[in-house]
Amino acid sequence: MTMELITGAEILIRCLKEEGVEYLFGYPGGAVLHIYDAIYVQNDVKHVLVRHEQGAAHAADGYARASGKPGVVLVTSGPGVTNAVTGIATAYMDSVPMVIISGQVPTALIGNDAFQEVDAVGITRPCVKHNFLVKDINKLAETIKQAFYIATTGRPGPVLIDVPKDVTIAKAEFHYPKKVKLRSYNPTVKGHAGQIRKAVDLILSAKRPIIYTGGGVILSDGSPELVELTQLLGYPITNTLMGLGAYPATDKQFVGMLGMHGTYESNLAMHHCDVLIAIGARFDDRVTGKLEKFCPEARIVHVDIDPSSISKNVRVDIPIVGSVPNVLRTMINVIRDEKLKPDAEALARWWRQIDEWRAVKSLSYRASDTVIKPQFVVQKLYEVTGGKAIITSDVGQHQMWAAQYYHFDQPRQWINSGGLGTMGFGLPAAMGAKLAFPDRDVACITGDGSIQMMLQELSTMKQYQTPVKIVNLNNGYLGMVRQWQEFFYQKRYCMTYFEALPDFVKLAEAYGHTGMQIEKPGDVEGALREAFAMKDRTVFLDFLTDQSENVFPMIPSGGSQNEMLLAERDEMISTHDEGMVLL
Amino acid sequence: MNNNNRHMISILLENEAGALSRVANLFSARGYNIESLSVAPTDDETLSRLTLVTYGSEQIIEQIVKQLNKLVDVVKLIDLTETEAIERELMLVKTKATGEQRAEMKRLADIFGGHVLDVTDATYTIELTGAGKKLDNFLRAIEKDAILEVVRSGATGIALGQKALHA
Repeated sequence: MTMELITGAEILIRCLKEEGVEYLFGYPGGAVLHIYDAIYVQNDVKHVLVRHEQGAAHAADGYARASGKPGVVLVTSGPGVTNAVTGIATAYMDSVPMVIISGQVPTALIGNDAFQEVDAVGITRPCVKHNFLVKDINKLAETIKQAFYIATTGRPGPVLIDVPKDVTIAKAEFHYPKKVKLRSYNPTVKGHAGQIRKAVDLILSAKRPIIYTGGGVILSDGSPELVELTQLLGYPITNTLMGLGAYPATDKQFVGMLGMHGTYESNLAMHHCDVLIAIGARFDDRVTGKLEKFCPEARIVHVDIDPSSISKNVRVDIPIVGSVPNVLRTMINVIRDEKLKPDAEALARWWRQIDEWRAVKSLSYRASDTVIKPQFVVQKLYEVTGGKAIITSDVGQHQMWAAQYYHFDQPRQWINSGGLGTMGFGLPAAMGAKLAFPDRDVACITGDGSIQMMLQELSTMKQYQTPVKIVNLNNGYLGMVRQWQEFFYQKRYCMTYFEALPDFVKLAEAYGHTGMQIEKPGDVEGALREAFAMKDRTVFLDFLTDQSENVFPMIPSGGSQNEMLLAERDEMISTHDEGMVLL
Repeated sequence: MNNNNRHMISILLENEAGALSRVANLFSARGYNIESLSVAPTDDETLSRLTLVTYGSEQIIEQIVKQLNKLVDVVKLIDLTETEAIERELMLVKTKATGEQRAEMKRLADIFGGHVLDVTDATYTIELTGAGKKLDNFLRAIEKDAILEVVRSGATGIALGQKALHA
């Protein structure tokens, strides 16, 4: 008995169905016409027609970060895929599972400089976990299976499949493999028992411990194990920008975010700790500051699924390669089974020291009755949403304020471009998150610079009815760059002031949404309440905020974690030559 | 610690389009040096064997090995510097061979275990194999202006003893 022959395009869509793909974010074009024709005749995979391919990748990314499922993107050849590259690189830097299908010119034309031809595999190679060019229809289904497997396992990441048009037209039998076996790809999930045992001994011997966790905990859904272990030990915990929400920010053991704009207590606790327990974090330069002065007295345990993250920037004493929940579960079992206890006396002393640092209140800022402080908007947003909204952000000052003042208690609640720092990410990511969770409040905290980079997606949001609230902290400046110019370039504000900005209220209305402009601090809460009461509307809240506000605390690049600038003492700032280089 | 030592890394790679570029790309993207690179299919047609020579501190070499292992197309690899290994490289040298130089050149080729592959009345083309150092030494031994052209294959190698690298 022979099976029915179906086209490559149909095979592709059948594969997506097999993978349980709910949404496909894409944009049609010549090379993918056959695929779009196959989309037309089915209802299993819903297609979201974005307005720009970068928006497709960011929306798929937001969907993936919110849901934990891979985001799927479909773009045409040439400009379709080059437009998506920024979105792919964004996902790559933050290890987000994503599968991108790009159309390609027919096999016979590859290399001929054909219309809309670009070497998609070559262009994306440095910013994908892996990529494929499928030249044989008989390998299409198998390749798609492999792509999803690679994208979602180990340290996740984007995988691109480039499909020439003739492959989508050709016919073959459809067999979807049940399992994938790749001889060259076998991520280690289970941590080495001996290493875990050694780590537990070191962790329990600590006098001044701190747990430092990153995006890996969220990506691996390791939050329950992290909370259990942290509370079992009673140790202080800090999260990176990417790791916020893995441990409840409102819990007393949480000492805030660390790094360049982290809290005073988290950075000083890092600097003075004797045992550092790093989990799913990668010792990024925004966290470590000056490497030579990073955690000078610490012995370091590092749990990560990616061996290349271990000892990359900072030498580690006890490396453990494995998935976070798996390794932490084993640690918890060892501690419980053997009834091991930390040094309670030393820990009490350490907490007293941390509480002294906490008393500095490094996140305090000068409140105002006359001008809206951006921090105040985020605080009110937190109150109005009961701390339960999914928050996406763009990149800049507003991103840091969102991270500092919205206290994330749950993983996958905070979605931002931490690694690549892509302005324009927030709006399409919010749309993706809203599609994943239609019943939850989703807000995009943005600024007047970032929001203008992906504005066209307001139109997509109208078409697909994804009501998110856009919180625009509008100071007329590219605030973060302006801040650096103020500190390190003697206030020469070169190209950071927008002399012309659109009327965001009218703009929102033009796209069919609701717009509000808020100028007075007293109106902030009311406007937010009004906006969130409109459940089925996308609302653009344009907050005119203090133009000169800076993000504090701050460790200038090149400084070490005990060299922080606090808000009230900003006159102490001196030019840091190394900081200028590292920016 | 920061001594830049020479390392020879031997890789079993999926014999697929683009696999070599992934390796080369990794080195350029991360700022590592490649001194030489040689690659060819193996007895198993699905696999290529790639040997590269690089310089770096212990930490950089560790990163190179980890990053290479992370590439999906890399099946297995071994840092041959970490084990006892044989290193071989093929070199073809076209030299001037006139007058007194002619006999001298033949004599040097013999000493280094080389063969003269092609002879004209003014030149020799000499084939030489050995570890990179030996080839360097040969080039140093002959007069600099006698060298007309040098072609080197890049180093390749294999571990001594029973240890074998296979998929």
